[in-house]
Amino acid sequence: MAAIIQLRGLSKHYSKTIIGVDDVSFSVEDGEFVTLLGPSGCGKSTLLRMIGGFEEPTQGTILLAGRDVTWDPPYRREVNMVFQDYALFPHMTVGQNIAYGLKMAGERRAAARARAAEALELVGLPDKIDQRPDQLSGGQRQRIALARAIVRRPKVLLLDEPLSALDARMRDQMRIELKHLHEKVGITFIMVTHDQEEALTMSDRIIVMEQGRVAQDGRPQDIYDHPASPYVANFIGTTNFLPAIVTRTGAGRATFNCGGAGVDVLTETAPQAGARVTLGFRPEKTRLLAEGETAPNVLEGRIAEVIYYGLGLRTSVELPTGDSLFIDTLLADTLVRSAIPRPGTPARVAIAPHNIFVFPGEVRS
Amino acid sequence: MTFVRRHLSGMLVLGIPLAWIVVFMLVPYAIIGTYSFWSKTYPTFRPDFQFGNYATLFSDPQYLQVLLRTLKISALVSVASLALAYPFAYWLVFRCRWAGVRTWLYMAVIAPLWVSYLLRAYIWKTILGTEGILNSFLMWSGLTDAPSDIFLYNQFAMVLTLTYIFIPFMVMPIYTALERIPPNLAEASADLGQTPWQTFLKVTLPLSTPGIAAGFTLTFCLSFGDFIAPFLVGGPDGNLIASVIQTQFGSALNWPLGSALSVVMLVIVLSIVSLSDRLERSSRVGAS
Repeated sequence: MAAIIQLRGLSKHYSKTIIGVDDVSFSVEDGEFVTLLGPSGCGKSTLLRMIGGFEEPTQGTILLAGRDVTWDPPYRREVNMVFQDYALFPHMTVGQNIAYGLKMAGERRAAARARAAEALELVGLPDKIDQRPDQLSGGQRQRIALARAIVRRPKVLLLDEPLSALDARMRDQMRIELKHLHEKVGITFIMVTHDQEEALTMSDRIIVMEQGRVAQDGRPQDIYDHPASPYVANFIGTTNFLPAIVTRTGAGRATFNCGGAGVDVLTETAPQAGARVTLGFRPEKTRLLAEGETAPNVLEGRIAEVIYYGLGLRTSVELPTGDSLFIDTLLADTLVRSAIPRPGTPARVAIAPHNIFVFPGEVRS
Repeated sequence: MTFVRRHLSGMLVLGIPLAWIVVFMLVPYAIIGTYSFWSKTYPTFRPDFQFGNYATLFSDPQYLQVLLRTLKISALVSVASLALAYPFAYWLVFRCRWAGVRTWLYMAVIAPLWVSYLLRAYIWKTILGTEGILNSFLMWSGLTDAPSDIFLYNQFAMVLTLTYIFIPFMVMPIYTALERIPPNLAEASADLGQTPWQTFLKVTLPLSTPGIAAGFTLTFCLSFGDFIAPFLVGGPDGNLIASVIQTQFGSALNWPLGSALSVVMLVIVLSIVSLSDRLERSSRVGAS
């Protein structure tokens, strides 16, 4: 597969101190679904708008299918954008909206309408061609915006927070539909979102951004299971952070003094003995031990709080050191509910050695 | 008694404006309408019901000529205002990067409305006159040797003056209409392969037509009824319909004919207003 988009050292500095995007380089393969993920202000939207041609970089180049398009205006790039609030033309019908970008290519009216109808079919709204955008619901407008963008068969489709204006139920549905649409049309998708769940469920690859830079670039599983930094670990999913001191290092594993106990971790990158580090682990990969049960890496503490959220329990445990951590337990059976632990009772927590991340230095969660 | 007490406040709130409209608007219209059917017996006029006044208006070419001239001047004022106001408003809304500059320039257009209309018309007399600023400048710069009287007392001077006076009424609705267009529509248009000029023609212009229609109606109707400009800067061929009406009620002492002329004028203005209203409504169907 060939790279369809290549960014080389792309920066957008508004001034010496205000930096939108800072020296970003990555490439996107043809047909990939890539998500730019990060909190607001991390530069992900600016990056997308630079690929679309709506903003000019202060440095770097953008290659589209091998051609330098850094300074091309939007109307000369073979990319199309789905805007956050759809940006449908209110004075045109759905059909006219979708065919809007086709007339330019010199296509005759009838052919343009036929292709618009085809695109509408693809997004599942074949009967809306003569309606006006203001007669449609949010989810329908979203699909029209999609149809309008893909009808031009762009090399890359850019999606700027495409689901953020929809209500929760609609959002879940569109997530799956977008994913299916991507598979059907085979166009490269680059999506911007601040919603980690969206990124995890939809993308082939996630690029996590932090203050204008790429914090981590990888497949959803890699990013979730091997976060490159505490920032990534904290932004995607929930992570417990505990301070620890390295006591012994060996081949592919290390032992730490953490939370008043010895903790074994499978790691390639442990610093020297005596160094201060932070251990991170996911609440759902942490287990409350039953009485008499044994496991490697047991921390002892006291239940501080139990939150019931239908699907399961989130238990907060306080360690003798004063640190606290979360444990997520799925309630796979209604009868288990009788076993909900009581706040104040002692608890033993187990974390498997391969489920622990080691970050150098101290981290505030 | 209790009924009155219960509804007293409502009656006052609605009654006063209603009375105002009846006394100061409906009654005068009725009087004008009535007068227009009366007949004139020099030196006064008597109650009657005949269409002689209207017949005079449509048979005597001088009235038709004044009417056509007024329509022409008003149309020219509207077109000139549009040609100046649209690019200005467009620049303010889409190109001006500094919010402060935008506000100040917009206020600069609106501010003259707070100056007496009469004064603003009069200014042009001092600019365009033989002893005026324009002539002084031309002679100072050496472009002309003697003061010229070609600038003042003609239709051009009237169009210029009226455009100057009424242009805020063109800028305001267009500015509002342009401001209401979401900026990402232009981006979407560019994204779909349209050049800036195509985007303007296909998106910005159609979405700003309600503003253009409103501005056109306002400037046209205001110019149509104006009689200060022809009085101050209009020449011998600068008689407009309002000044003719004024003459009929004044020196000519022919109230019935003046009333008939007023009714014709009212009908024209109301048709233009309702026409533009319809246009605005039809273009708003999708834009709401």
